[in-house]
Amino acid sequence: MAHSTTLQQTAAPAAFADAPRTGTWDGGNEPFKASYGKLMMWFFLLSDAFTFGAFLTAYGLIRHKHGVFTGQAKDFFFSSAHWPIPEKVFNAFPGLHGIDLPLAFVALMTMILIFSSVTMVLAVEAGHRMDKADVQKWLLWTILFGSMFLSSQAWEWSHFIGGTEAGTRMADGSIMHGANLAANQYGPPLFADLFFFITGFHGTHVFSGVCLLVWCFIATTNGTFEKRGHYEMIEKIGLYWHFVDLVWVFVFTFFYLV
Amino acid sequence: MSVNHATELELHPGEIAKPNTGWIWKTFWILVIITAAEFVIAFSMTSPGLRTLRNSIFIVMTILKAFFIVGEFMHLKHEAKSLIWTILVPTALLVWLVVALITEGSYVGEVLSHMFSS
Repeated sequence: MAHSTTLQQTAAPAAFADAPRTGTWDGGNEPFKASYGKLMMWFFLLSDAFTFGAFLTAYGLIRHKHGVFTGQAKDFFFSSAHWPIPEKVFNAFPGLHGIDLPLAFVALMTMILIFSSVTMVLAVEAGHRMDKADVQKWLLWTILFGSMFLSSQAWEWSHFIGGTEAGTRMADGSIMHGANLAANQYGPPLFADLFFFITGFHGTHVFSGVCLLVWCFIATTNGTFEKRGHYEMIEKIGLYWHFVDLVWVFVFTFFYLV
Repeated sequence: MSVNHATELELHPGEIAKPNTGWIWKTFWILVIITAAEFVIAFSMTSPGLRTLRNSIFIVMTILKAFFIVGEFMHLKHEAKSLIWTILVPTALLVWLVVALITEGSYVGEVLSHMFSS
């Protein structure tokens, strides 16, 4: 600032250069009234929404490209000629082999994720009150529900890949059980591909979230946030966690219900 | 910052405020009830003729759930107006993208099944 040619040069004392500048056009204004970290988390989530949006858009295009089963639901059969009805594919429940329970397991997974969102927001609320014990308690619940969801998804995947005993007779005459990226017993190959990519990408997000929460729990226990004077980190990771729940709401509707 | 920040009351040093969780559980019950209603509709409106109506109801309910998750749990409803619009306006592009490419998908399916079959 020594060579500054501003008009204020003669008027300003030497200490002027070090004083924080708080004018509107000097960056002293905070139009969003949100901290840097939270704002950046929002922008990251917006970009992530576009990634998931691209997945669901591709899903919509591919699904509409394929034929629809036009008969009654009770007459439905698996065929690569039409898109499967989701409740005919996802109708199994762990421990209840051979019983037709359409969408029961995915209902459980949805409830687990909603519960994890509630315990997450309770942890954020406890952070506002600087209540370390409550933050720890609710973080542990959130980690538990997140891990439960991941385990459920692992079961869902292994069942989807393994398939049913009956299987489906394919065009070449062979019987296909379950699914892989090239073929599956449920419908067109792209049905299984989209299942793997969309639920897999969502599951990866849940896994990252659980890792962040474990780290947050350790930092809370060590008193890192208490020394810092605020629990904003919990809020930022909470934003991410709720976003993952939000994505599941859309995956649930477009993959399992529609 | 409304109801979520009722903690600015007079507190003695070292004292921890009472939890204020009513709004959280209220949002939770709204989400549970909407999800339950989705299941009821999924198993009661099974006729193929009602497909479009049923799917429209599902989409409306999904957006309703998204509103509660983003507005309350992610606290966006209580942020500055400019931040709310910064997040919501770009997502409007996604709505256009979905509508455009679903239309395109139906057309591609039509072409493949009618123009290339003997």
